[in-house]
Amino acid sequence: MPAEGYILLRRVFPVPADAIDQAGQVSTEVRRLLRGLGVEPEVVRRAGIVCFEGEMNIALYTKGGRIVLVVRPDRVELLFSDRGPGIADIDLVKQPGYSTAPDWARELGFGAGMGIPNMEENSDALVIRSRVGEGTVIRATILRRSDAAD
Amino acid sequence: MTLDEVRELTGAVVLAGGDLLERQVDKGCGADLLSDVLAVTEEGFLLVTGMVTPQAVRVAEVMNACAVLFVRGKRPAPQVVEYAKGAGIPLLATQKGMFEACGILYGRGLRPTEFRHLSDYAG
Repeated sequence: MPAEGYILLRRVFPVPADAIDQAGQVSTEVRRLLRGLGVEPEVVRRAGIVCFEGEMNIALYTKGGRIVLVVRPDRVELLFSDRGPGIADIDLVKQPGYSTAPDWARELGFGAGMGIPNMEENSDALVIRSRVGEGTVIRATILRRSDAAD
Repeated sequence: MTLDEVRELTGAVVLAGGDLLERQVDKGCGADLLSDVLAVTEEGFLLVTGMVTPQAVRVAEVMNACAVLFVRGKRPAPQVVEYAKGAGIPLLATQKGMFEACGILYGRGLRPTEFRHLSDYAG
């Protein structure tokens, strides 16, 4: 789906590895920015969920990365990129309930295996590109049409 | 019911948002796995959880939850409470366990939230 329209806002948020206490901050900030732009509440809600799950994935499982927020008149895009370790089998991580979370992450309430499925369910398009040993890039697109929900 | 009724029914103490207890709540979600909370498809619910990490409060914020009720006598760290105050999310804490707290509230009319079932997922 080609993007239409100019960029209303572009922001880059670094997500450090091993900073679990701070994880979730980007999602809060993204929601605040979107609300400030007058983005539709349902789009803010979906973007908040997508961003939270993506942010947790970077914070919990990778060597760090970043999130780029792009807001256009017709859509919100969230780009997640990290420095590895990469995902060996993308079809597998899309399966609800599948998780590679270690025990310490499960004790913090993560590892339900719903991260990628929740991201997919709250996006109109979710593209995952990954290379083992190098990293993962995820592009989530949330359309702002009022009839685009679900 | 109001949050104040939730407090009274579960014998909870209020950690944050003492001025927001007149908020109405009619649905609840009991979960410790945060992605399960993120699978809820509506807003304004009471989150009942044993998870006292900063992310429990952030998930409540992301989901526009009405409030968080911590169970089994658990208390979040002071900075988590401060964050909730700033975000306008009331925090309550009860000594009762998850099963009992949810049972009491369900028995008094709090209903379950809608959520995505596994079969709803495309993957």
